[in-house]
Amino acid sequence: MTKFVETSNLPFCPGCGHRVAVINTEKALERIGLNPLDVILVTDIGCHGIVDKNFHTHTIHGLHGRSPALAAGVAAALRNPDKKVIVYMGDGGATIGLQHLVEAAHRNFNMTVFVLNNMLYGMTGGQGSGLTPKCYKTMTYPEGHPQAGYDLVELIHAARAPYARRLVGRGDYSDIVEEALKINGFALLEIVEVCPSYGLKFNRGKRLDYFLEVSGIEEKLLIHENRQPFTLSERETAPLLSEKLAIEVEFNSDFKGTKRIVASGSAGEGVQSAGEIFATAAITSGLHATKKGAYPVTVGVGFSTAEVIVSDSEILYTGIVVPDVAIITSVDGLGHSLSRIQKMTEDGILIIDDSLDVPETRAKVIRHPFRKETGGRTAALRALAFYNSKVERLFPEEALLQTLRRSKLAGKVKENVLKFD
Amino acid sequence: MNVKSSLTLLDGSRLIVESFVKSGADIFIGYPITPTNWIYSYSQKRFPMMLAAPDEITTLQWMAGWSAAGYLPVTATSFPGFALMVESINMAYMMELPMVITLAQRLGPSTGTATAGAQGDLLLINGLISGGYPIPTFSPSNMKDCWELPNLALRTAVELRTPVILLTSKEMVMTKFTVDLGDLKELPRVTRKFYDGDEPFHPYKPGPNLVPDFLPVGNDRWQVRFTASTHNQDGIIQHTSPEAMENTKRLQSKLYRNLDSFLRFEFDETPGADTLLVSYGITALAAREATHRLRSMGYRISLLIVKTLLPVAPFFYRIFEHYRRIVVAEENLNGEYKEILFGKNPGTNVVGVNGIGKMISPDDIVEGVIEND
Repeated sequence: MTKFVETSNLPFCPGCGHRVAVINTEKALERIGLNPLDVILVTDIGCHGIVDKNFHTHTIHGLHGRSPALAAGVAAALRNPDKKVIVYMGDGGATIGLQHLVEAAHRNFNMTVFVLNNMLYGMTGGQGSGLTPKCYKTMTYPEGHPQAGYDLVELIHAARAPYARRLVGRGDYSDIVEEALKINGFALLEIVEVCPSYGLKFNRGKRLDYFLEVSGIEEKLLIHENRQPFTLSERETAPLLSEKLAIEVEFNSDFKGTKRIVASGSAGEGVQSAGEIFATAAITSGLHATKKGAYPVTVGVGFSTAEVIVSDSEILYTGIVVPDVAIITSVDGLGHSLSRIQKMTEDGILIIDDSLDVPETRAKVIRHPFRKETGGRTAALRALAFYNSKVERLFPEEALLQTLRRSKLAGKVKENVLKFD
Repeated sequence: MNVKSSLTLLDGSRLIVESFVKSGADIFIGYPITPTNWIYSYSQKRFPMMLAAPDEITTLQWMAGWSAAGYLPVTATSFPGFALMVESINMAYMMELPMVITLAQRLGPSTGTATAGAQGDLLLINGLISGGYPIPTFSPSNMKDCWELPNLALRTAVELRTPVILLTSKEMVMTKFTVDLGDLKELPRVTRKFYDGDEPFHPYKPGPNLVPDFLPVGNDRWQVRFTASTHNQDGIIQHTSPEAMENTKRLQSKLYRNLDSFLRFEFDETPGADTLLVSYGITALAAREATHRLRSMGYRISLLIVKTLLPVAPFFYRIFEHYRRIVVAEENLNGEYKEILFGKNPGTNVVGVNGIGKMISPDDIVEGVIEND
């Protein structure tokens, strides 16, 4: 037993390179002078992963290929340069979790990843991985892999890792492990080994050097200098709820009942803002209001519908099945609200821009040139104001004007948009 | 809130994010999927720390790392992202790492319609954990719940050492409601408690409420192990040893043992009523209005709004047995909570009011109740 690892019962096959890797890690940690509780070892699925029970450090045993992401979370959270986050993963895990390695290298989380590359998935029966060399026989390719695996060290270097290195895992290489562990930021050390069970079984008579040569796998060290490790500091923020949001009731309304208003226009024409201003104006007048939006996934294209409910009592249900009032300011809006317009009864009111064809409906139809008067971008707001000023007065016109002045549209939208002769 | 009566026009996203931060969540980690865009952008402004993740698997793994290190992480997503998180949520469940995942439902299957609401993911959550173990799942039914349930979700995550789901939908987080800030109660702050005993620490040794004490990795006192595979009380991987099996079974029993601490529902009872309307989440809005209308029409009806959807409280069945007929209203095709409560063949006294592509309306529910009377 040593300070960091119980080495008397390592769970590896005779001749496995993982054993050599663990012993080299142990030596390096000793030399650096850390304590076991300064180290967080993150492992995942694979033969390397079952070694964590031998470690006297903190250990996390996670999901196949996800250990670099899990370790990145730990490293980012600890924010303590005296603590060392170490990942053991296999070449299979590196294949599964390549994105996590790239992201961790790119963001430069303070962690050291050891990829124990025995050139196949050992625990599950010797299948090939993305790192398996050319000609190497695996369960997946009994005749030998048709192409060389990708170069993980180059990939991680391309993601701007401060340190990416490959070595062939023989003998005492603890000085290189120590070097990787001392990197301030992200370091990846790929250790090439042979799996004594499946690697030798499938590739009898061949030596590791043969495959290294055929695949062009060579030891290399790639560095990006002067990269600062990822840091995240806590910051002071302002509450999202404050009296700044409060809407003072400054006007009176004698409206009784509930009005369900659907305003439909085109994306980019301020329909949602118009609905919100209208709803806010209702609240300033002592009414209740809700505003629900409907729009396609694309931003800036297609329909945009604001459903506004105004009531003198609490609004429970925020949907509108059949509107009391439909306000249509564009072809897109007409298309989206057509089926509901057709369901409207004689009690309903359809207010529609006079550039549009009037659909079949039993609702009372009012046509008006909103787009022509102040342009498409303010048509929805103008049409809502028109409804309140000229058709049915829910609250004072002044309430709408004042809400506009206090809104994010103040100064951007001329006040005459709300005015009618 | 230290605010007198103050009316505002607010969306659920704003309330949820502010509630999480006020309640003690440390960090938002996530990817901005519709319809959680507003939760993401509010979080960007408000959280003490924010980490933009490249995808949802990374999100959950990073969250697990932060949680293992003693912090309280939260995220928000919708089905496509949630699907990617499934394996990692299982991992966090097995490791017993506190965190909250807000799932804002949208119309599926697959990418479906990102900007249309739905309540279609409950069966997925019910079967989320391999082995059929429940995961605490809360569903806000109005703006007040959007304020209070994130607090409860966070508290449950910490006290029971578990990931928790806050299940909502597009129309709850993206519709603006009239909210009086004066109605929002002060939220008790949730803090993580760490083991400070002098006896050696065992990361999975059950406490009196079956929940193990917690210590973060990196602490200088005791070794900590977190393990996704079957493990004993020390976090050492085991095949199926009796100790390990006890530990695995405890993941479920700790939830039922402590269910009362996180069970929330609203029961609006009419004495002598023989019909019970059950609903949750966004459809609760319509269910409340439908109940008013039915009562004004002379129907005697009781209303149960469930806020702790999972695990299903055995107590609900004591309510159900008093009713001749039960109507379950939810925005999906086949009645997902109905199936969870009553099975696939619940008999004629249990009916669903269902639909997709639009909110269930009060009219739909009124008709459903009258038709089946």
